[in-house]
Amino acid sequence: MELVRSHVLICGGTGCTSSGSEVLHEEFDEMLVKYGLDKEVKVIKTGCFGLCALGPVVVVYPEGAFYSRVKKEDVEEIVQEHLLKGRIVKRLVYDETVEQNDIKSLNDVNFYKKQQRVALRNCGVINPENIEEYIAVDGYQALGKVLTEMTPEEVIDTVKKSGLRGRGGGGFPTGTKWDFARKSVNEQKYVCCNADEGDPGAFMDRSVLEGDPHSVLEAMAIAGYAIGANQGYIYIRAEYPIAVRRLQIAIDQAKEYGLLGKNIFDTGFDFDIELRLGAGAFVCGEETALMTSIEGHRGEPRPRPPFPAVKGLWEKPTILNNVETYANIPVIFNKGADWFASIGTEKSKGTKVFALGGKINNTGLVEIPMGTTLREIVEEIGGGVPNGKKFKAAQTGGPSGGCIPASLIDTPIDYDSLISIGSMMGSGGLIVMDEDNCMVDIAKFFLEFTVDESCGKCTPCRIGTKRLLEILDKITKGQGTLEDIDRLEALCYHIKNASLCGLGQTAPNPVLSTLRYFRDEYEAHVVEKRCPAGVCKALLSYVIDPEKCKGCSACSRKCPVGAISGEIKKPFVIDTTKCIKCGVCMETCKFGAVVKK
Amino acid sequence: MDMVNLKINGQPVSVPAGSTVLEAARAAGIEIPTLCYLKDVSQTGSCRMCLVEIKGGRALQAACVYPVAEGIEVQTNTPTVREARKAVLELMLSNHDRKCLTCPRNRNCELQALSDELGVSDIPYEGERNEYAIDDISPSIVRDNNKCILCRRCVNVCKNVQTVGVIDTMERGFKTKVGCAFEASLGEVDCVNCGQCIAVCPVGALREKSSVKDVWDALASDKHVVVQTAPAVRAAIGEEFGLPMGEPVTGKMAAALRRLGFDKVFDTDFGADLTIMEEGTELIHRMQNGGVLPMITSCSPGWVKFCEHNFPDFIPNLSSCKSPHEMFGAIIKSYYAEKAGIDPKNIYTVSVMPCTAKKFEAQRDELAATGTPDVDAVITTRELAQMIKQSGIQFAKLPDEVFDSPFGDEASGAGVIFGATGGVMEAALRTVAEVLTGESIEHVDYEAVRGLEGVKIASVQIGDKTVRAAVAHGLGNARKLLNSVRSGETQVDFIEIMACPGGCVTGGGQPIVSSRIKMDVNVSAERAKAIYAEDKALKIRKSHENPYIKQLYSEYLGEPGGHKAHELLHTHYVARPKY
Repeated sequence: MELVRSHVLICGGTGCTSSGSEVLHEEFDEMLVKYGLDKEVKVIKTGCFGLCALGPVVVVYPEGAFYSRVKKEDVEEIVQEHLLKGRIVKRLVYDETVEQNDIKSLNDVNFYKKQQRVALRNCGVINPENIEEYIAVDGYQALGKVLTEMTPEEVIDTVKKSGLRGRGGGGFPTGTKWDFARKSVNEQKYVCCNADEGDPGAFMDRSVLEGDPHSVLEAMAIAGYAIGANQGYIYIRAEYPIAVRRLQIAIDQAKEYGLLGKNIFDTGFDFDIELRLGAGAFVCGEETALMTSIEGHRGEPRPRPPFPAVKGLWEKPTILNNVETYANIPVIFNKGADWFASIGTEKSKGTKVFALGGKINNTGLVEIPMGTTLREIVEEIGGGVPNGKKFKAAQTGGPSGGCIPASLIDTPIDYDSLISIGSMMGSGGLIVMDEDNCMVDIAKFFLEFTVDESCGKCTPCRIGTKRLLEILDKITKGQGTLEDIDRLEALCYHIKNASLCGLGQTAPNPVLSTLRYFRDEYEAHVVEKRCPAGVCKALLSYVIDPEKCKGCSACSRKCPVGAISGEIKKPFVIDTTKCIKCGVCMETCKFGAVVKK
Repeated sequence: MDMVNLKINGQPVSVPAGSTVLEAARAAGIEIPTLCYLKDVSQTGSCRMCLVEIKGGRALQAACVYPVAEGIEVQTNTPTVREARKAVLELMLSNHDRKCLTCPRNRNCELQALSDELGVSDIPYEGERNEYAIDDISPSIVRDNNKCILCRRCVNVCKNVQTVGVIDTMERGFKTKVGCAFEASLGEVDCVNCGQCIAVCPVGALREKSSVKDVWDALASDKHVVVQTAPAVRAAIGEEFGLPMGEPVTGKMAAALRRLGFDKVFDTDFGADLTIMEEGTELIHRMQNGGVLPMITSCSPGWVKFCEHNFPDFIPNLSSCKSPHEMFGAIIKSYYAEKAGIDPKNIYTVSVMPCTAKKFEAQRDELAATGTPDVDAVITTRELAQMIKQSGIQFAKLPDEVFDSPFGDEASGAGVIFGATGGVMEAALRTVAEVLTGESIEHVDYEAVRGLEGVKIASVQIGDKTVRAAVAHGLGNARKLLNSVRSGETQVDFIEIMACPGGCVTGGGQPIVSSRIKMDVNVSAERAKAIYAEDKALKIRKSHENPYIKQLYSEYLGEPGGHKAHELLHTHYVARPKY
C-alpha cells in the first residue's frame, strides 16, 4: 500500500464547489507536482465540513490545519510553506483555530465544540467517490452483521430500541414504521429514500449524499432485509447534480463489490437500488406525492389511509425514510442501540443536523445532540448575531414550521419541545432573525413559498394559502384591518384542519406562530400603519435629518428617480411622492442623515 | 361478507368491510356533502367538502375516501366540521365566476345546491380570481374554466372510465387548471366528443356546443324543417320537466316537437330499423363470404372516433353502415324529398340525440349523400328541453301524440332498444335469425346481451349456426375487449360497442343527474327500463317487419346492401393520429 505523509482534504460539497473548490483541486495537483510532493501528499475531495460560510475549505492533516476561504492564488503558498517547509500559513487558517503560535483542534473551536457528528460522521472525512474509503471507516459492516447474524425482527427491535425517529419532519419512530411494513403481507415491497429536500435554505440531506452516499445505500439494504423488500428507490431532486452523480457512482461501486444486487454476502438476500430524479416540486417531499411521482404521474399526494406501509409505491407495502434517518442506521448497528439512545433526550434520541442560516455569524451545517438549547446553537455554535444586533427569533421547520421568539431561546431542541411551542423540527432548516426582520414579512415569505409550491389538488391549500397571502399582503401594505387579522387566523385553522396532505396542513404554521408571539407587530401594521422593523416598504418613508445632513449631494446623485433635491452645503430633502424606497440614499449617506420612519 | 362496526355521531353502524365512511354514513341516514366524489368514477378526496372528524385523528378526514375500520368513531356534525366545510366552499366560490343566472347549469348545479345547503351568505375570502378564455373550438364540447372547481370528475371519467385521457390537470397551486396537453383545444386533440365529461361535471364548466339558435333560425326560415329523435331521448327528457326517471314520454315529446314548429316529426327508430337491415345484411355477407370478422357496430360516433385514433387496425372490422340518424337524414333528403316533391336543398334536418359526439359526426364530410350534410343540426336532449322551456310549452300537460307518417307511425321495438347497451346487438339478432333460418322467431328477448356488465359475451344459436356476440359499453370496456380480440383471447363474430357507459340512455347529451342521486340510483338501468317497456309494448318488434322499411326497399332502395343503399347508407373511416 502506498503511504503518504500528508493529506489535503478539499471540501467538494455544493457550497464550497460553488465558491471555487474544484479549481483548488487542480491547482493543488499541479503545485504538488511542481514542488515534487505528489508522491508524498494526497489530495482528496470530501463532503461538507459544515462551515460553509468559510468556504472553500481545505484541511491539511496530520496537523489538522483548517484553511478557510482559500483562493487559487493561495494554493502555491500552502504547498510551499506548509507542505514543503512545515510552516502553517496562519493568515489563511480559520482565525478561531489560531492560538498564539499554534493551532487548536477543530473540536475545540466553538463551532464544533458542542456538535456531535453522527449522521455526518464521514462527511469531510472520506472521499465519497471511493467505496474503499467508506469500507475503511466500518462501512457495510453493519449490513454484513445484519445479514449474517440477525433476523429481520431483531433488526427492527434494534432500530426501535435506538429510539430513532424520522428526521424528515414528522418524527415518526423509524422502527415502528419498519415493523408495520414488515407485517404487511405481500410478495413485493419497496424501500424508498426521500432525498427531495426542498425547504428553502436547507441542505442537510444534500450534504450527507454528497459526503457519505454509501451510508444511505447500506441503510436502505438493511431496511430491505428488515421489511422483506428487494428493491429500493432514491427519489432525489435533479437540482442536486453532485449528489446525484456521487450516488450513482456509489451504487455502481456497491454493485461491483457485491454489496448491492444478487445474493449479498452470500446470504441469498437480493437488494437493488435505483435513482429517480424529481423535477423540483416541494410537494414531492410528501410521502404519497413522492410515490405518485416515482410511479410516473403528476406528483400529487393521495389520501391516507391506506398508509404506505400497507399500500405505497404501486400499491405495495413501502417504507419511506429521509436521507438523514438512513444515515443514522449503520452506526446504530455498529455502535449499538444503547449507545445511540444514550445521546439526546428521553423522547428524542440521537442528534439532529441543522442548516444554520440567516442573521448568524457561522452559517453552515451543524449536528447537535437532541436537547441542545437554541441559545447554545445561536450564541455558541453559531457565534451570535452579526453587527451587534439583537436576536429576535429563530425559524425552524421551514415553510411548515414556526418561529421561536427570543423569550424561548432556552428551549431544548427536540421534537416535542418544538411542537409544544408551535414550531416543529422539520427537516432541519434553522434561520436566525434579528431586530431588522419584520415578522409579518417573514410569514409572508414562507406563504409565498407554499402558494408557489401547493400542488393544487385540494381546495384549502390551493385557494386558502393564496387567500392567506393576500391578507398578509394587505397588512404589509398598511391596508389591513383588525378583522383581517381575525380572518387570517380563522382561515389558518381551516386550512390546517381541512387540507389533504402535510403541506397544506402545516402551511399556516409560519402565520400562526408569528401571530402567537408577535401579534403586536401585526397590530402595529394594521392600527398604527407602521412596520416596527422598518421592512414593509409601503409603511415607511425615507427622510433626511436636517441636523445631520451636510448637504454633500451624494444621495441626490445616487437616487435613481431624482427624488432628492437641495442646495450644496444645505440640508437636502426627499420628495416622498417620487421616492420608490429603494434605500440607496441611506446606503450612500456617510453621516447617517437618511433615516427610515 | 365481513362486516365492520363503527360509530357515526354516536350511533352504531355496521357496514361491509371496504366501505367508506361516506357510504357508512349514508347507510345510517346521514348525508355528507360531496363535490369531487362520484360513485364509480371519481374518488380523489381532493375537494374536501365531505370532511368529518375521526376520533384520535390529527386533521379532518375526507369521508369519501376514508375506509371504515373496526371501532372508529366518526363525527359528521361538529362545529369544526361544519365550519371547515363551509370555509372550503367559500374558498371555492372565491375563485368561481358566480354567474349563476347565465350559467347552463343554473338550478342544476351541485355547487349552487351546496351553497344553499351549507348556508353560505357571503364570501369572506375575496381575492384574485383566475380568468380563462373559453374553449369552444370543438364541435361538441365547450369548456369554461372560469366555472371549474377542479373536482377532476371530468379528468377521471375521461382518463379512467373512457381511457381517452385527453384532459388532465396542469400548472399547480392557485394556477392549476384542467386542460389538454400543450394548451391545445378539445377540438384539436383525440377527444372523441362522448361528452361524459359534461355528464359528470357538477358545475357549468363543461357544456355541449349549442345548436339551439341554428334550429330556431331554421324554424323561422322558409325551409322544410324535419326533426328526428333518438330512442334514448324519450327515456330521459321527462326528467327535465320533473317527471320521474325511467318514465317514457314518447307521445308528449312528439307533441312538443310539433308545437315547436317542425314540419315533420320523425323517429330515429326508423333509421335504426334501416341500420339493422343494412348491418344485418353486412354481417351475414361477411360471415358467409369470409369477410373481416368480428364485425363491429358503427352507431356510436364516439366509439368510431375512438377506433380511428386508438385502434386503426380495427377499421376494416367497423361496419360500413352510417349511424341510424345519418341514414335517416340521407333518406329524408333523397327518398322523402322525392316523394314530398321538395328540393333537398330546401330541407333542413335536425336530429335530437342523447349524444354530443353526433354533433361532430354530422360535420364529417363523408356524411353528405345528397351534396348537403345528411343531418344539418344535432341538438342534445338537454337542448331540446331548453327549446321546449323557451317556448312556454307545458310539457307535463301535453297530450300523447304519434310521430308523423311516413316512417314515424310504425316503428319497431328493435329500433327502440338501440338506446340501451346491447340493444343494437339484440335488434340485429332478431333480424339475422329470421333471415338466416327463414323462419319466424317467437322469442325475441335476447336477455344475454342485456344488462350493465362492462363486457358481455354470448353465443347465440341461429339454426345450425352459432353467432358469437360481444357487447361493450364505455370506451374503457371497449379497449379491454378489443385488446382481448387482438390477442386472440376473445373470438367473436359480432361486436356492439357504445362509447358511453350504459349506452345511449346515459349519453353525454342526456339530462344531467347529480352525484347525490347517482349514489342511490343506477341511472342507466332506470332509463333502460323505459326503453325495454316500450319495446315490449310494440306490435312490431323486428326491424324487417316495419312496413315502411319494406316499402322503402321495394320502392326505392332495392336490396339491402344493394347499390343504392350503399350510396346513401354506407360510409368509410380514416385512421386518425393521436396528436
